[in-house]
Amino acid sequence: MATKTTSKEKSRWGQEIVVQAVWESFVKLNPRTLAANPVMFVVEVGALLTSIDLVRGVVQHSQGFGFSLQITLWLWFTVLFANFAEAMAEGRGKAQAEALRKSRADTVARRLKQDGSIESVPGSQLRAGDLVMVTAGEFVPGDGEVIEGVASVDESAITGESAPVIRECGGDRSAVTGGTRVLSDEIKVRITSNPGETFLDRMIKLVEGASRQKTPNEIALNILLAGLTIIFLLAVVSLQPMAIYSGAPQSVFVLVALLVCLIPTTIGGLLSAIGIAGMDRVLQKNVLAMSGRAVEAAGDVDTLLLDKTGTITLGNRFATEFIPAPGVSEGELADAAQLASLADETPEGRSIVVLAKDKHGLRGRELGSVAATFIPFSAVTRMSGVDMDGRKIRKGARDAIVKYIKDAGGTVPHETMEAVDRISNSGGTPLLVAEDARALGVIHLKDIVKGGMRERFEHLRVMGIRTVMITGDNPLTAAAIAREAGVDDFLAEARPEDKLALIRREQAKGKLVAMTGDGTNDAPALAQADVGLAMNAGTQAAKEAGNMVDLDSNPTKLIEVVEIGKQLLITRGALTTFSVANDVAKYFAIIPAMFAAAFPELEVLNVMGLKNPHSAILSAVIFNALIIIALVPLALRGVKYRPLGAEALLRRNLLVYGLGGIIAPFIGIKIIDVIITHMGMA
Amino acid sequence: MTANGWLQIFLLLLVTFALAKPAGLFMARVFAREKTWLDPLLRPCERVLYKLTGVDEKREMRWTEYAIAMLLFSGVSMTLLYVIERVQQHLPWNPEKLVGVPTDLAFNTAASFTTNTNWQAYTPEVTMTYFTQMAGLAYHNFTSAAVGIAMAVAIIRGIARREQETIGNFWVDLTRTILWVLLPVCLVVAMIFVSQGMIQNLRPYAKTQLVDAQTVTTTGTDGKTTTQVVNEQKIPQGPVASQEAIKIFGTNGGGFFYANSAHPYENPTPLTNFLQLVLIFAIPSGLTYTLGRMTGSQRHGWAVWGAMAVLFLAGVVSVYSAEARGNLLLHGVDQRASGAQSGGNMEGKEVRFGIANTALYATVTTDASCGAVNGMHDSFTPLGGMIPLINIMLGEVVFGGVGSGLYGMIVFVILSVFIAGLMVGRTPEYLGKKIEAYDVKMAMLSVLIFPLVILTFTAISVVAKSFGTPSISNPGPHGLSQILYAYTSATGNNGSAFGGLNGNTLWYNTTIGFATLFGRFFAVIPILAIAGSLAKKKYVPESAGTFPVTTPLFTVLLVSVVLIVSALTFFPALSLGPILEHLMMHAGKVF
Repeated sequence: MATKTTSKEKSRWGQEIVVQAVWESFVKLNPRTLAANPVMFVVEVGALLTSIDLVRGVVQHSQGFGFSLQITLWLWFTVLFANFAEAMAEGRGKAQAEALRKSRADTVARRLKQDGSIESVPGSQLRAGDLVMVTAGEFVPGDGEVIEGVASVDESAITGESAPVIRECGGDRSAVTGGTRVLSDEIKVRITSNPGETFLDRMIKLVEGASRQKTPNEIALNILLAGLTIIFLLAVVSLQPMAIYSGAPQSVFVLVALLVCLIPTTIGGLLSAIGIAGMDRVLQKNVLAMSGRAVEAAGDVDTLLLDKTGTITLGNRFATEFIPAPGVSEGELADAAQLASLADETPEGRSIVVLAKDKHGLRGRELGSVAATFIPFSAVTRMSGVDMDGRKIRKGARDAIVKYIKDAGGTVPHETMEAVDRISNSGGTPLLVAEDARALGVIHLKDIVKGGMRERFEHLRVMGIRTVMITGDNPLTAAAIAREAGVDDFLAEARPEDKLALIRREQAKGKLVAMTGDGTNDAPALAQADVGLAMNAGTQAAKEAGNMVDLDSNPTKLIEVVEIGKQLLITRGALTTFSVANDVAKYFAIIPAMFAAAFPELEVLNVMGLKNPHSAILSAVIFNALIIIALVPLALRGVKYRPLGAEALLRRNLLVYGLGGIIAPFIGIKIIDVIITHMGMA
Repeated sequence: MTANGWLQIFLLLLVTFALAKPAGLFMARVFAREKTWLDPLLRPCERVLYKLTGVDEKREMRWTEYAIAMLLFSGVSMTLLYVIERVQQHLPWNPEKLVGVPTDLAFNTAASFTTNTNWQAYTPEVTMTYFTQMAGLAYHNFTSAAVGIAMAVAIIRGIARREQETIGNFWVDLTRTILWVLLPVCLVVAMIFVSQGMIQNLRPYAKTQLVDAQTVTTTGTDGKTTTQVVNEQKIPQGPVASQEAIKIFGTNGGGFFYANSAHPYENPTPLTNFLQLVLIFAIPSGLTYTLGRMTGSQRHGWAVWGAMAVLFLAGVVSVYSAEARGNLLLHGVDQRASGAQSGGNMEGKEVRFGIANTALYATVTTDASCGAVNGMHDSFTPLGGMIPLINIMLGEVVFGGVGSGLYGMIVFVILSVFIAGLMVGRTPEYLGKKIEAYDVKMAMLSVLIFPLVILTFTAISVVAKSFGTPSISNPGPHGLSQILYAYTSATGNNGSAFGGLNGNTLWYNTTIGFATLFGRFFAVIPILAIAGSLAKKKYVPESAGTFPVTTPLFTVLLVSVVLIVSALTFFPALSLGPILEHLMMHAGKVF
């Protein structure tokens, strides 16, 4: 993910993962590893039993060696396939971890001693609290905070984003990450983490799956699968005495084959792969989840708190309209506005220049071509402008310009004030333009809602998720933007503590809340939220408080994370349902085959018309093994997520994975039966 | 199959549906301790009882305390019954001078009645005195039913409560069930039964002259045959009506006579037959409404009712069609229904009830873990006999036993919500409560106990040549069905007998006795644990993304989960029992 790989490199990479995964599948046969997965553990014990019986059969020259051998082999394959699925899922992460490790190549840190002199130490020896100097061209030796200076930093090793970012002391952009490279200037950094605990170290551990713990839902599902396994164990073990009573005792091979086909091997084999792949998908979106639990919680989120600026609207306001005062032409207003904005490098200022050019063909004049003094915006005057040719043009907030005009002895026309109010009410920002004591008119600055947000919020609503927009705007402006963007609710004039209070209120109602944040003052709310997505560009405090970090610092991604969380849960449910539904067909394959010799009447149950008892049992076992491999891509990719209401989603998935799960194996087992009898395998 | 037959079947479903709301609403009021019209009469009685027993009716119990109280109560009651059975010869109301019940049979009966199973390995007419029947068995008919209902109320409270530690007071739930629900209805019903000709006396058995004297030939142990002319018959008497009402209404099913509700004294008229069917379903069906009412989701209550109704209909249609088709090995015999005959397979059925009402009774009694019978299931066709067996195997959740049907179904609801609930993209939740690892563990424990007990005991019995197979009366697949049915009936706390199996042996009395205890208590304790766990949880408000438990889709899902879980568990056993028997019969092979 660090660098863009060519497709050739990618396929080589893919090949390496597969080769590694095949090897891993055998390593994972270790019963101590497998014991964590009750379903596959039972399969392994079964395979071991048949292997022992197979050897005994060879020694005693028993009949039916070919059949017994094939059953035994396919049982081992079943375990191997499940191991392979898990290894594949882990493989991707391991490869990424490798790439990250390379970027951590040992750095030399220039540490400041007490007396102010500098010593060179290996980066791995730095402790929290150490002060280091980093100059252009050097790697930042560890996670820390800039306490002096400004520098541009290449963070592509972490974020994959090649454009350098600015890091400076104080404020919300002070955090630097170990392994990133300073491109210009020099900064003094206070190290904040000890060796082995840095962000990069944690990231490596996470993607490698080393610190992976089972999520609560995964544990619950494992209990269910273990329970089902015990039920089927009972059904199969008790079948032998009943078979003996009926005068048709069964061989170990057949009984183990029946057991393995019945226990939920499909979901049992893919469960951990689904979990790992879910984390991996989050990572592919360049979001680092601190635990699988956080991803799972994202699927459960009821309320999304979204910052207006940057998430719902494009970060900046744009000029959309010039409303001249009575007696002023629109062109005159546009010209004055453009002149006042020529030196204004803010996006709003630039948008005024652009609008004037687009609407009135006024080309931006060269700054040097006119003898002008530009008045920059200041917090005291709350306006900016230009003095040229004796004209004093000013633009600014309503109160500031009104005062300016009054002081100059003029008045603002009634119509213009009305326009100002109208713009405010519609959620826009009015900028008054004045020349000396004369009001020229109003510029309408508008928040532009990002494209496609309305639909996304609509989808979220269908999914049962409430969106709340957080903004510092006044309630009137906030309401207008909320209406335009289609969010369910908004929190206006919000201070950080209001955010925290809102989260607590929602949680008291039993709701799960997700939010994004980047500033230090967001940290308490990020920590309080069930899903807190911190921006990588944000402060260390924010990153520590959240349970996910977005490396691209794109707050809209919260919605994608929620979707991935849901997709993860749906995939688990779908494959569980599919796995259990499969058993119906397997019974119809194996039961008649078991007793056909003793009771030819039971042939009626052989609805698939399988060739003979051996081919029937073998086909069921082969299907059971192959379906694991066949579903690996689905497990890794996840079931396609559709933003539908619960009822529609359930109906759809029940149809596909429930009913489909009943029908598919009938077809699959029949096809395998035809193939293996054709090949003379049974 | 006849139009009249279908009419009776649908009439029962209709009446059951119509009664669900009034019955459920009344019970909801009783357990929420709201005012009812019976209060002026019953509140004083209730207060006196609490004063006598030292029960503080305001005290709430955690699930563990609730479970311990229930176990203590059941244990003491069971011991009491055992003692009564053993010393009944010294107790009053014994005109026939019956002796004490042997130890293994007394244990079996005590366990069976304590667990609302009412499996009867004995012939009541020659085993139990009137005192034992009234003070021992009828007492348990009331208390075991009340215990079941109390458990159901406890789990409903667990679902409904939010962030609370307690789930109610066992003693209060038990007392209120008996006083408000069971006693009033049984008093009225017993009167109706008497009006229909049911007897209620303490007289010695009547003697009567046979119209035709019978010649009976018996072979003694020494091989000598003796011929005897019999011209006198004893007709057993007793307090039947009072016991019959609670036998049916509490889904107990233990008959006053061996022939159970096939006996004219226990089920004299078509009206009593229909009334019995209605009463069996009344409480279990009503409790689904109580569930909806107390949890504030009435539509969920109906969705559960719908699942039960679908399974009931599927069962009754199967039995009715299998039995009406008759025995295909009877060549050249007219088995069609006509004005002159019931038609179909009439072996083991009362002519006065006919095919439809026997099929209906067999379905209802096995759906509802009642176990009363008005025909002999052993004599049904292989498929007709398999349905009652499957009904029990489903876990006694098709309306089910009083209380036990609902709490059993709630376990399936939790499993359905858990398996399929993930498919809506949220971690599973049930009526606002998150279903987590602990709840799944307890639900699986409760579900596991069923196959564990049934399959283990059956597996041992079918291969035990000294104590298992000798009790079978028919060899081949039917013999397997007999054993399988016995343990299924016991573990499912149904108590109906397939018949044909001699269960009154040391092995069967002991194992079946334990099967009833395991099937009841090992299954209900995890459910109480779930109740405790759910009560503690925070409520998660419903949204458009919440898994819907109120829709027809949910009903379909619930039915599928119940069917698939049970089918997957028992299909191998069934395929060697009734399915094989059916297929072999078609091939002309009999045993």
